[in-house]
Amino acid sequence: MSKSLKLYLGAAAGTVVVLGTAYAAANASVDYPEVAVTHQKSAPVAAADAPAPQDEADAPVRLAEAHQARTTASDASHITVPTTMPEVSTEAGRFGLGRAALPEEVAAWNHDIMPDGSNLPVGSGDVWTGDEVFAEHCASCHGDFAEGRDNWPKLAGGQGTLADKDPLKTVGSYWPYLSTTFDYIRRSMPFGNAQSLSDDDVYAITAYILYSNDLVDDDFVLSNETFMDVEMPNAEGFIVDDRETTEAHFWAEPCMENCKGSVEITMRASVLDVTPDEGEDTATSEETGPPVEEQAAAPQAEPVQQAAAEEAAPEAQAGASIDMALAAEGEGVFKKCKSCHQVGDGAKNRTGPMLNGVVGATIGQVEGFKYSNDMAALGEAGRSWTAEDLNAFLEKPKDFLKKTKMSFAGLRKEEDRLAVIEYLKTFQ
Amino acid sequence: MSHDFVKKSLTRRGVLKGAASGAGAAVLGAGAARAQGPDPLITEKQDWATGLGDGVDATPYGLPIKYEDDVVRRNVPWLTADPISSINFTPIHALDGTITPQGCAFERHHSGAIELKKEDYRLMINGLVDTPLVFSYADLERFPRENRVYFCECAANTGMEWAGAQLNGAQFTHGMIHNMEYTGIPLRTLLEEAGLAAAGDLKDKWVYVEGADASSNGRSIPMDKALDDVLVAFKANGEALRKEHGYPVRLVVPGWEGNMWVKWLRRIEVTEAAVESREETSKYTDTLADGTSRKWTWVMDAKSVVTSPSPQSPIRHGKGPLVITGLAWSGRGAITRVDVSKDGGKTWETARLAQEGQNKALTRFYLDTTWDGEDMLLQSRAMDETGYVQPTKHQLREVRGENSVYHNNCIQTWHVKPNGEAENVEVS
Repeated sequence: MSKSLKLYLGAAAGTVVVLGTAYAAANASVDYPEVAVTHQKSAPVAAADAPAPQDEADAPVRLAEAHQARTTASDASHITVPTTMPEVSTEAGRFGLGRAALPEEVAAWNHDIMPDGSNLPVGSGDVWTGDEVFAEHCASCHGDFAEGRDNWPKLAGGQGTLADKDPLKTVGSYWPYLSTTFDYIRRSMPFGNAQSLSDDDVYAITAYILYSNDLVDDDFVLSNETFMDVEMPNAEGFIVDDRETTEAHFWAEPCMENCKGSVEITMRASVLDVTPDEGEDTATSEETGPPVEEQAAAPQAEPVQQAAAEEAAPEAQAGASIDMALAAEGEGVFKKCKSCHQVGDGAKNRTGPMLNGVVGATIGQVEGFKYSNDMAALGEAGRSWTAEDLNAFLEKPKDFLKKTKMSFAGLRKEEDRLAVIEYLKTFQ
Repeated sequence: MSHDFVKKSLTRRGVLKGAASGAGAAVLGAGAARAQGPDPLITEKQDWATGLGDGVDATPYGLPIKYEDDVVRRNVPWLTADPISSINFTPIHALDGTITPQGCAFERHHSGAIELKKEDYRLMINGLVDTPLVFSYADLERFPRENRVYFCECAANTGMEWAGAQLNGAQFTHGMIHNMEYTGIPLRTLLEEAGLAAAGDLKDKWVYVEGADASSNGRSIPMDKALDDVLVAFKANGEALRKEHGYPVRLVVPGWEGNMWVKWLRRIEVTEAAVESREETSKYTDTLADGTSRKWTWVMDAKSVVTSPSPQSPIRHGKGPLVITGLAWSGRGAITRVDVSKDGGKTWETARLAQEGQNKALTRFYLDTTWDGEDMLLQSRAMDETGYVQPTKHQLREVRGENSVYHNNCIQTWHVKPNGEAENVEVS
C-alpha cells in the first residue's frame, strides 16, 4: 500500500491536512533544499504536525525515488540558474510591508456567519415580511414560492430525494447549516444588486425560505436569538472526504493484457445530441459560407439600424411630455426589475439588457446582450418597443413571447406597467 | 478567396467532411501526388511570396491568426441559467504541449468577471493573526516571489458524464482545465508577515479566502495546505492575469479543485473552523448513492484524456502513421505513467511522456503508432507518484453512484470509426 494511504488512514477529519504537510516537506526538498531544512527546524507552524517522512513506516520509497529523479532532472536543466528562495522567517512583520487594518475596515469586509451563529448581526424578520421582500427581490429568478424558475436555483422542496435518481438539492433538503443561507443572501444576493438588503430583510427572506420548506410555521420570527433553534433536516447528511479508504483499491498495479473478455459500446453521445454546435458551424456556414465577421457586416445589418433610428425618433419626441409623477411611481415599481436590469449613467447588461432608451427602440438590439433567438428575430423583422408592446410584454412576458429569456412573471396591475414604462422613458 | 476556403474547411462539418474523403484519398499516398502533376502551391508564384505582409505595429498585442479562430472557449448554454454565473471550456482538442494560453483558458464566474484596477486593489489579512494587515498591489510586488506551473481543474469537469456519454468533444467533457506558469507570493509569507502566534496551535486552524466580486466565492482551506504550497498570484504565463481569471490577484491552490482558487482575492482570514460557505456546502459537495454527501473533497484525483483523435479532432488522413496524444494530471503530485488502449480497455500500451511528470501540473503524452484504418475504442489511463491509477467509470459508480456531479476522473472512451470520425461513447 502506498505512502499516502497510510498517511490518510490515521488522519480522519484532518485527512488532507496531514497529506499537505507531508508534501510540503517533500516538495520543498525538490525545489528549495535549503529552505526545507529551515522550515522543519525553525518554523513551528509547519513542524507542529509535520510527520518526518523517514518515520512513516515503509512508505516513502517510491515517492522519494520520484522526487529524487525530478531533483536530478531539474538540477540538470537549471545549472546556471539559481532557484533558491530567501529564507522565510516566522517573525511577524519581517518585511514591514502593508499597514494595520482598521477595525472599521475589517468590519466592512468580514461578513462571515459561522455555523454556530457567531458573527450574526442583531436583527429579525418574520415569514410574512419575508414573503413580500422575497416577491420583490428574489421571485423573478427563484419563483414566488422559492420553487425556482428556468435554470435558476430551486430553494424549496426536495426533502427525501437525495438518494433518488435526480435529487433536488435545496436549502430545506440539502443545506446543512442555516448560517450559510443567511451569509450568502447577505453578501451576494440579489443577483446583480448584492449587499442592497438590510439585515432585517435578510432575516425575513431567510425566514420565508424556511417557511417555503415547511421548516417553520407562518408565525415564525427569525432573529439572531432564534437562529440556532432552527433544525436543518440534512445537517447530519455529510461525511468528510473518505476517498483514501473507500477507494483504496484505486491504488493498484494496472492490468495491461487480457483485461476484459469482450467490449461493447453501451452508450453514445450522439443519441442524446446535446452538444452545442460550434459557433460558425451553423446551417449557413458550409454551403453559403461567409465567415462570421463577414456575416456581422452583411448588408442587411445596416438597414435594421437605420430603421431603429427612424422608429426611435417619434418616441423621443413623445418623451418630451413625460408624466414625471407617473415616472416617479414607476421608479418604485422598477425595483422589481433592478435585480436583472440597469438604467441610467453607466448602465450595463446584467441578467437582462440595460434599458436606457428601450422605449421606442428596435427590439433585441442592445449591444452585447445575448437575446433569445425569438426576441432577436422580432428586432430583425424591424419591430420596435412601442408602449403598447411593452405593456403587453410586461403583463405576461411568456404570453407575449413564449421563449423569452426573461423569467420575470409579469406586472399584474396595468398602473404599475404604465408607471414603469413612463419611468423608462426618462432614460432616452 | 483562398482565405475563405481555408476558413470554411476549419468548421467542424468541413473538417468531418474532409476527414471522410481524406481517408480514401490518403490510401493512395505520396505516389498519388506525383500522378496528379506538380503542386501549384509550389510551381505558381503566391501572393505571400511576392507582396508584403503586415508591419510591426499591425497588432500591438497579437491574437492568433484568423485561420485558428475556431480554437476558442465555448460554453454549453443549457448548463446554467445565465452566462454571468456559468462556465466555458478550454479547446484542449486543438492545443498541444502543456501550457494553456490565457486567452482560451476556461472561465468560471459566479457573479461575472469584474474589472478591478491595481490602484483600487486591497488585500486584507484578518482573524487570528497578530496584526490584521492591508496590502496594496504595490506592496505585494515587494515580497519575494516564485514561479510555479500548476493545473487548475474545476471540480465539475466531466461532471455531465456521470450518467452516460453526453457531450461530444474533449473540450466539453474535459475542458474545465488549464495549466499556467504562475508568478506569486507563497501565502505562507503573507500569513507570517501578519503573524500567526495569535492563532495558537495551528493544527486545527483554517484560512478563509474570499474574492472582491459580488459572489465573494468564499472557501475554507486547512492551515496546513495554506502554509504548504498555496500562492497569491498576480502573473500567469509571464503576463498579468486576465480579467476573467481574477486580475489583478488570484489564489492558486495546487492540486485542489478550481473553486478554491479564489479570483479577485480580497481577504484572507485565519479562523477556528471552516466557515461552511455556500460553495463548500450546497455546492462542491459530492452526493453518494445512499443520499449522504462527501464534503471537503478538495484533491483532484489523477485523470487523463486523449485530446486527439477525438470528436472535434478527427483523423484527417488514412491509415498509417498516427499520433495519439492527450493530457494527464494529478492533484496528489506528478504523473508517472500513462497507458493507452485502442480496444476499449482489453489491452494497454504505455505512452511516451513529452516531459517527465511535474508536480500538480499537466503532463502531455504521445503514442506514436500506426493506424490500420479500423475502428478503435481509444482510452487513456493515468498513474501518479502515489501509485493511484485512474479508474473506469464503472469503478467510480460502484463507490459513488451517479449523483456526485463533481470529481469525475473516469477513463474516457472515444470511438474512432474507419472514416476517422470520433464519438464519445461508454463501453462495457
